[in-house]
Amino acid sequence: MERREFGIKVVSPAVFVMALFLLWELACRALKLPLAILPAPSEVFVALWQYRAPILDNSWVTLWTTLAGFALATAFGLGLGIAIGWHRVIYAGIYPVLVGFNSVPKVAVVPVLILWFGLGAIPATLTAFLISFFPIVVNVATGLATSEPELEDVLRALGASKLDIMRKVGIPRSLPYFFGSLKVAITLAFVGAVVSETVGSNKGIGKLMLDAQAAFQVPIVFAGLLVLAVMGIVLYAATAAIEARFTGWAFRGQASR
Amino acid sequence: MPELVKLDRVSMAYGRGAAAVRAIDEVSLEIAEGEFIAVVGPSGCGKSSLMRLISGLHPPLGGTLTVEGRPVTGPLRSVGMAFQNSNLLPWRTALENVLLPLEIVQPYRADFSKGRYAPKATDLLDSVGLAGFAHKYPWELSGGMQQRTSICRALIHEPEILLLDEPFGALDAFTREELWCALRDLQAERRVTVMLVTHDLREAVFLADTVYVMSSRPGRIVRRRAVGIPRPRDLEVTYTQQFQDIVHELRALIGGKH
Repeated sequence: MERREFGIKVVSPAVFVMALFLLWELACRALKLPLAILPAPSEVFVALWQYRAPILDNSWVTLWTTLAGFALATAFGLGLGIAIGWHRVIYAGIYPVLVGFNSVPKVAVVPVLILWFGLGAIPATLTAFLISFFPIVVNVATGLATSEPELEDVLRALGASKLDIMRKVGIPRSLPYFFGSLKVAITLAFVGAVVSETVGSNKGIGKLMLDAQAAFQVPIVFAGLLVLAVMGIVLYAATAAIEARFTGWAFRGQASR
Repeated sequence: MPELVKLDRVSMAYGRGAAAVRAIDEVSLEIAEGEFIAVVGPSGCGKSSLMRLISGLHPPLGGTLTVEGRPVTGPLRSVGMAFQNSNLLPWRTALENVLLPLEIVQPYRADFSKGRYAPKATDLLDSVGLAGFAHKYPWELSGGMQQRTSICRALIHEPEILLLDEPFGALDAFTREELWCALRDLQAERRVTVMLVTHDLREAVFLADTVYVMSSRPGRIVRRRAVGIPRPRDLEVTYTQQFQDIVHELRALIGGKH
């Protein structure tokens, strides 16, 4: 990495984050905010360290339920997206149902899931899945639907089957859409898992925060928020890295010039 | 020369029943083997529809259409097509783009491997002046180079007929003339039958043996004009009186406001 690149991509965000914490700290001290309203970052970090064992334990549960839900969403979303992009009839039939399904707030579904599967990891995983598959389906279907008709003509004139066209053109073309949607989906999956934990569960960061709140342990609530933010950034960065790795051709502007 | 393609009072329409829009009306024409024909006409006259018809992508409404004496009932494997937009796949290099038809058409498909056919594709790219660009991606090529690649892709599986739909329409004037010469040489060397759809009359007269003029929608053939300028032709030909006269004559048939 060039020095200038390094300055922009590493130093600049680090300075910005530190400045944010500093501002927060100063504001808390200057305004003498009570601990129960807004703890200063120093107090949050102390709580983070002090309760590291339960925080780590619960973070792990949130992380794996998120990833399990995300994995389900990826597989299901890819399959359904291809099916929808495959034929207009399938598209017309499924799309309205999907939109309707997506419009239902997932918080409202969690009690049903708990009723069916009991407290535990399954409702969180399923909520993460339910909330995150939609953007994947839509993006894959869009990628398939936007292939140039002329190119399809070229291949059809050669006697290519629908499957050939999908394999050679449709699927490669929709990959940037697919990987792009993963960035959105991972964030949503994370939201889904935490929401489910907050509504009802026996483990996870959401549950931990809920308990801390009930006990007026506000620094722990904020420590939980901090952990969620960091995990969100890491998961997003991981999917962004996968995207860049697999669909470099779609970002040629930055790569070649 | 035996005729390769024969259209006898062929009509074609998009849509069905009362809402059908007739694109081509009772067109009759013949393309001999190794002949280079051009179809010109005002925009929306059904030139491109004619191409879809001959490639077998769209069925005729009436009349008979035969290729090599057999009626056309579905897509023909023996055609290669190129369009105004080069339609190269951005995730494939020039070479891989050219190889695409071989991954689809028999008999190549059965034993396809990149290594096996790469020399064939490289030769073809060399012959249109793209030596050394085989491993470049489309966005690393100029518009003219992309179009050359697209024409190579249309030829790699050695089709009987090359169908070109305004292939040089998006290029600047100088690049276009360069590509005329590239296409002229390619056709002279491979003796492939070409149908070129264009709205550039100079292009049509320079390249073709026979020019067909179509009327506006629904498209009919209003004139068949043999060019008769001896081959090989170079660009100087376009400044001769004979050439200008033919272009004028065709221009008058197309009409429109002057």
